[in-house]
Amino acid sequence: MISKDDIKKLATLSRLQISDSELESVSKEIGSILEYVGTINSAIAGEEENSPEIYNNLREDENPNDTGAQTETLLSSAPKREENFVKVKQVM
Amino acid sequence: MDLKTLTIKQARKDLDAKKYTAVDLVSAYLEAIKEKNSNLNAYLEVYNDVIAQAEAADKRIQNGEKGELLGIPLALKDNILVKGRIASAASKILENYVATYDATAIEKLKKSGAIFLGRCNMDEFAMGGSTENSAFGPTKNPYDTSRVAGGSSGGSIATVASDIALGALGSDTGGSIRQPAAFCGVVGMKPSYGRVSRYGLMAMGSSLDQIGPVAKTIEDAEIIFKVIEGKDNFDSTSKESPIEKRQNKKIIGVPRKILEEKGISEEVLKNFNESIEKFKSAGYEILDIELPRISYSLSVYYILMPAEVSSNMARFDGVKFGTLAEGETLTEDYMKTRGTLLGKEVRRRILLGTYVLSAGYYDAYYGKATKVRSLIKKDFDEAFKKVDAVLMPVSPTPAFKIGEKTSDPIEMYLADIFTVTANLIGTPAISIPSGFTTGELPLPLAIQLIAPYMQDEILFEIGKDFEKLK
Repeated sequence: MISKDDIKKLATLSRLQISDSELESVSKEIGSILEYVGTINSAIAGEEENSPEIYNNLREDENPNDTGAQTETLLSSAPKREENFVKVKQVM
Repeated sequence: MDLKTLTIKQARKDLDAKKYTAVDLVSAYLEAIKEKNSNLNAYLEVYNDVIAQAEAADKRIQNGEKGELLGIPLALKDNILVKGRIASAASKILENYVATYDATAIEKLKKSGAIFLGRCNMDEFAMGGSTENSAFGPTKNPYDTSRVAGGSSGGSIATVASDIALGALGSDTGGSIRQPAAFCGVVGMKPSYGRVSRYGLMAMGSSLDQIGPVAKTIEDAEIIFKVIEGKDNFDSTSKESPIEKRQNKKIIGVPRKILEEKGISEEVLKNFNESIEKFKSAGYEILDIELPRISYSLSVYYILMPAEVSSNMARFDGVKFGTLAEGETLTEDYMKTRGTLLGKEVRRRILLGTYVLSAGYYDAYYGKATKVRSLIKKDFDEAFKKVDAVLMPVSPTPAFKIGEKTSDPIEMYLADIFTVTANLIGTPAISIPSGFTTGELPLPLAIQLIAPYMQDEILFEIGKDFEKLK
């Protein structure tokens, strides 16, 4: 139902390293889960059933923190930092 | 003091009557934790300032301050943030992560004077139904340590069930408070979606997650609930509680058809039918109801939840917080950090979620599931026109053996069959102890009540009526 290649692609998309030995079991497990959840396709649902309860709930962007008030707290959580920056490897 | 029979309500009376101090109370708990925790693996960390917290509470009591939770020792699930303390979600990726702010529920508990004993074991990032997915080993069931405590809030529940906390906070995305509560014989409640702020709760399935109380009695659960509930500007899905409370007409609906599900144990079924008789003897009318689309709940849940998981887990990249497992390049940093520091179940759900959200399959899975979700809700709306609450089992079986279901994810997922619905439709639900199995080591059994959206109070009302019959 789902091939090892598909799982490899999904793993790349979701930035998950996956070993070749795990590919086998994961594709089997995901295949059987998809088979199980696929039963919803026997449910009869028209276009009108489109979750009307989901809506955006926005607020005014007001009362911001004072500049720098949280900087040290948040930066101290980063695995790597340099001065007031989060440090990562070369991007381009 | 006898911790076995002690309730929050009783401790409140005792503290106010100066029978003992909060320091005495927490000292008794610390002693009990020392004796029991290594066997159960319920706490991941017992805080080192518990006595200091109790001293502060005692001062407030001496100053004449009143509060239902003032000086009451509670346990916390390890996915709820307390500023300055580790919050690991039982994951290697957050093993040393120190929270930078207080969750709203925590802020409210602090204000009320509650004492935090420690943080509790759970399935990694709340993904699982047995606490076996913890990176720090499973929590054992206090009634039989060869069995699971349930999950994902297994640690929180086990602390209350084994009298090493007076109450606890858990989180419930698909049954994570109610199922372990059922397995360990305590009260566990999932409030209505939006009733308790999730600010500071690590997000798993954002349209499903709720923080909720764990306690020995309905009354105690209600006490915690009342402190933590309410609208919060930091969680835009939170809402004011309704002004118009539903009157309890003492009519309970039973969707008999779901009892025909495969895999429901005879003891659960027998206890369920006995519980129905108990309600009748308390003056309740039992009405057979139809919930035609409820059988799709588990499938809908295992599409929507992983979809939301895959989005929510994207934040763990080894850059902004948490642990980094380094590779040669930035991409390798991401791949290695997520691939080696996230557990198997978490990775499985990320992959599954990525699949059901992918362009080619979106309509067949995610799109369809959102539609069926609203159909299930419609069925319940219809039922609640006639009944005050719906009665269902919590879990198809009592607590299972450690390792029994770990090799087959579907087997594990099927244990959620009766609990996921309340999360899908946003209604409040509660797990109430209803007896024990027979056998050498009797295991707790429980019933589940589901009330209409935002009518959480009616669960406490009906629950108290049921509790009286024991």
